[in-house]
Amino acid sequence: MTTNDIINPANLVYAKPSVLNDVPMHYCPGCTHGVIHKLIGEIIGEMGFQEKTIGIAPVGCAVFAYKYIDIDWQQAAHGRAPALATAVKRLLPDRLVFTYQGDGDLAAIGTAETIHACNRGENIAIIFINNGIYGMTGGQMAPTTLHGMKSSTSPNGRTVPLNGYPLDITKLLAQLDGTCYVTRQSAHTVASVRKTKKAIQKAFENSMLGKGTSIVEVVSTCNSGWKLSPADSNTWMVENMFPAYPLGDLKDI
Amino acid sequence: MKGNEAIAHAAIRCGCDGYFGYPITPQSEIMETLMELEPWNTTGMVVLQAESETASINMVYGGAGCGKKSMTSSSSPGVSLMQEGISYLAGAELPAVIVNVMRGGPGLGTIQPSQADYFQTVKGGGHGDYKMITLAPASVQEMADHTVMAFDLAFKYLTPVMILADGVIGQMMEKVVLPPFQPRLTEEEIKIKCPWATLGKPANRKPNYIYSLQLEAEEMENLNLRLQSRYRTIEKNEVLFEEFDCEDAEYLIVAFGTSARVCQKAVEMARAHGIKAGLLRPITLFPFPTEQISHYANQTKGMLTVEMSAGQMVEDVRLAVNGRVPVEFYGRMGGIVPSPDDVFEALKKLIVK
Repeated sequence: MTTNDIINPANLVYAKPSVLNDVPMHYCPGCTHGVIHKLIGEIIGEMGFQEKTIGIAPVGCAVFAYKYIDIDWQQAAHGRAPALATAVKRLLPDRLVFTYQGDGDLAAIGTAETIHACNRGENIAIIFINNGIYGMTGGQMAPTTLHGMKSSTSPNGRTVPLNGYPLDITKLLAQLDGTCYVTRQSAHTVASVRKTKKAIQKAFENSMLGKGTSIVEVVSTCNSGWKLSPADSNTWMVENMFPAYPLGDLKDI
Repeated sequence: MKGNEAIAHAAIRCGCDGYFGYPITPQSEIMETLMELEPWNTTGMVVLQAESETASINMVYGGAGCGKKSMTSSSSPGVSLMQEGISYLAGAELPAVIVNVMRGGPGLGTIQPSQADYFQTVKGGGHGDYKMITLAPASVQEMADHTVMAFDLAFKYLTPVMILADGVIGQMMEKVVLPPFQPRLTEEEIKIKCPWATLGKPANRKPNYIYSLQLEAEEMENLNLRLQSRYRTIEKNEVLFEEFDCEDAEYLIVAFGTSARVCQKAVEMARAHGIKAGLLRPITLFPFPTEQISHYANQTKGMLTVEMSAGQMVEDVRLAVNGRVPVEFYGRMGGIVPSPDDVFEALKKLIVK
């Protein structure tokens, strides 16, 4: 097969989703934010929802999400994305409204907004990237940081007497009557990326059906913050993050 | 009706799209009235009780980002919690209306009326260089009128606007003529009026982003320059004040809101005693009636600023006067409303002498 054969549209089996902007991303090599952005762009394109979608970006590594996915965006104050999404969805009920948040944003500073948006059953989708660390600010401890896990503010490893317990907020959100779909996925293998895509698609569909709040947690790596190579980060995630944050559906009604 | 109720009625009538609030005395009647009136069944207005003032102001941000007429209301401790969101609204150049029915502080303070949030409101309670148009109603009628005016100014200048009332104005009952009904804007109208609104990106336009983040210092300075230039325009065009017996005044009292009502009576008492006193009541606290006060510095012998605080607006009066005549202050704190007698005595003791 020649290069010309490969780029021949008739032979094209894979392309950049049209809803994804053609700009370099600022994410570190090995980070899966880009993969998850691509999935969101792909799903919005496939659903034909570009004109109907409003994304809410967080404070954190994904603060610039609005540069990458070609839809209307609002960028929220740290942790407040579910409050913005609540108002947007209630004022524009026929739109697809989703937030994209990290663990610091969603599970620390924004805990109240997260829990109450879910408890009201806002018809929004929450994409929750959990890498157990504050990436943007340089690798500080997050509420989801594991026991013994080192970070710049837990340099000798997280300990219970000093820092308390890792917060499994997704499990907590699954308990709330307002949530309809709570799932935990990952994006480190082709198979897991496909499953995550299905999960996000379902979350988006749920919010358009008015079923309540959907949460898709994507257990992720932060090789820069974890100070591991991308490949070693994936191994570390499988061996350490997955036992604490097991993959699968926590709720699907 | 009560001042708080007038705000709720006026909001529905002026085509407000969304109210997001959290209960706090002495302004809870605003949300209670809205919930009672159920405007979602008539105009389609959304009314939502949020989990905190922090959430409320961020819901307002979300609504405003869609070009929707969005508002919240609270009282002093709650408004302190909103400062982050107000700074974000200013930074993202979003129109929004915030009502503060002030109570005494600091801390949890008291539920009694106060004017001690002047600095927080007018000097920028949140971070960064921003200003907020601030309206100071002194009657139930103005609670209704300012609600309509606040939305007009917010959308004219793409800025948050504060209605800075106090517990007296919120709670007292007066006759009021409510504003005429205006329909809520349709989405097509919003698209024309607010081309920046996030309503979903059609194929023929670039995506709209609502944000206040600029990593490049030059870009951030450009945003600041744009805001500052807008604030100068506001200072030029939007100053509002009311005068009472000022023309021949030898002694000028400056007061806003409830204090101004008290001072009007004190001016009448002074006149009855042959003292030529007048009252200037700023209706906009930002923009401040600096020029008018400066004008009176040339014809009066002294000024007295009266506030229900330790003396906050008095600093702006002194800046306007710039040392030409003495500017004294009289105030009560912690929820106490001064009486006309108190003000008259203060006028005689501090200024007339």
